[in-house]
Amino acid sequence: MVAIKLGVLALQGSFIEHARSIERCGARAVAVRKPEDLEGIEGLIIPGGESTTIGKLMTRYGLDQRIRELAAAGMPVYGTCAGLILLARRVLASSQPVLGMMDITVMRNAYGRQVDSFEADLRIPAIGDTPFRGVFIRAPRIEVTGPGVEVLAELDGKPVLARQGRFLVSSFHPELTGDARIHRYFLNMVSDMAS
Amino acid sequence: MTQEKSGRETGTWTVKKGMAEMLKGGVIMDVTTPEQAKIAEDAGAVAVMALERVPADIRAAGGVARMADPAIIEAIMEAVTIPVMAKARIGHFVEAQILEAIGVDYIDESEVLTPADDKFHINKHAFKVPFVCGARNLGEALRRIGEGAAMIRTKGEAGTGDVIEAVKHMRCMMDEIRRVSGLPEEELMTIAKEMQAPYDLLVEVARTGRLPVVNFAAGGIATPADAALMMQLGADGVFVGSGIFKSEDPAARAKAIVEATTHYNDPEVLARVSKGIGEAMRGIHVGSMREEERIQTRGW
Repeated sequence: MVAIKLGVLALQGSFIEHARSIERCGARAVAVRKPEDLEGIEGLIIPGGESTTIGKLMTRYGLDQRIRELAAAGMPVYGTCAGLILLARRVLASSQPVLGMMDITVMRNAYGRQVDSFEADLRIPAIGDTPFRGVFIRAPRIEVTGPGVEVLAELDGKPVLARQGRFLVSSFHPELTGDARIHRYFLNMVSDMAS
Repeated sequence: MTQEKSGRETGTWTVKKGMAEMLKGGVIMDVTTPEQAKIAEDAGAVAVMALERVPADIRAAGGVARMADPAIIEAIMEAVTIPVMAKARIGHFVEAQILEAIGVDYIDESEVLTPADDKFHINKHAFKVPFVCGARNLGEALRRIGEGAAMIRTKGEAGTGDVIEAVKHMRCMMDEIRRVSGLPEEELMTIAKEMQAPYDLLVEVARTGRLPVVNFAAGGIATPADAALMMQLGADGVFVGSGIFKSEDPAARAKAIVEATTHYNDPEVLARVSKGIGEAMRGIHVGSMREEERIQTRGW
């Protein structure tokens, strides 16, 4: 079997941690810094980082347009934290550039500043019974989800892991834990898309 | 660590260290006003360091350099959505308590300010807010991590615009990490003694081949090429202090340094972003400085 080739947007942020998590699942990771790096990948991860920085660099180098085209043609995309903000169709109180592909409304830094950053055990039936350790760092909150969005996990009544077809988002950072179950879930989405 | 609603644990090592992971590949810029903070954010900075004076002006002013007025820091926090860091004096744990109380996202226990304690650094484990500290070599980095620092930066020589000391410190740290990587365990205690490094942390470096926390470059970075140089030498990101707002065209330079840090391995991008960004800060040649003018020797 040929290993699945996933792109990780490597403009800034926790892209090395995502690449390591993917490789632990037996897939190949490609660092994406320019539009040409997107060719030949089967799925894309947008990592945690500073969403305003990533958004600006994406636009300056024409990555946003190419990502939208590939996603429209069926490429699965997973965004964590900053990646979630960039995938959202609506970001409250902000005019920063985003991809705007998933039907969710997001509030940046809604869980507070760094002193409020936290860890919490999450119940995620889609990946099994064992709780998943959610690491939330100046995390964005999903305030509203559109009708096509499936909520896969919640914390205090708000979605923290959600899926809409080929798009997956989490407000927490699975790449900072040794637990690769969410990366494996995304890889399954990618192979389902391919078949 | 504190237990809160729905089993939330704040101030854990994972969230402190993880915050620095989110800054990787980015540029943290020194700013002294809300207007400068906006320029930094618009240029694509991943965070700003809120100060009363940039290091070059601290040098020029002389006297005692202390934590900034909290009103200035709060005004900067109001102006931007990106993380805001602030500096406390070495050993001045009350300045750190004040910075934590106003809610800064990271504290730099910094040699750029006048040290408040000639023997001891802050016990950074006692805080929920994470700390970054300067280091010139592996032993110093591991001592700071032992005290609770969740992020390291090279000291370089702040406020000079001369990159040589940052290069020296980054090369030294990388060389020492390579030197201890994969060594048999019986050799590590003696090396820990030589490097004045906490033994357990040195064992971890020997096993993993890398520093346990994110390591940025700082102290003398003034051009896009300087930033890319530090990245190619192994930095996880860069701090630019005086280099931006002491230059001719801060907005253009800030944007160019952000792009150079992301595309540090792409000479064509580096050539393009280096063009037409005005004059860099004038700077001070470190080799011409007297020993007592160097601030990198502060820290124990």
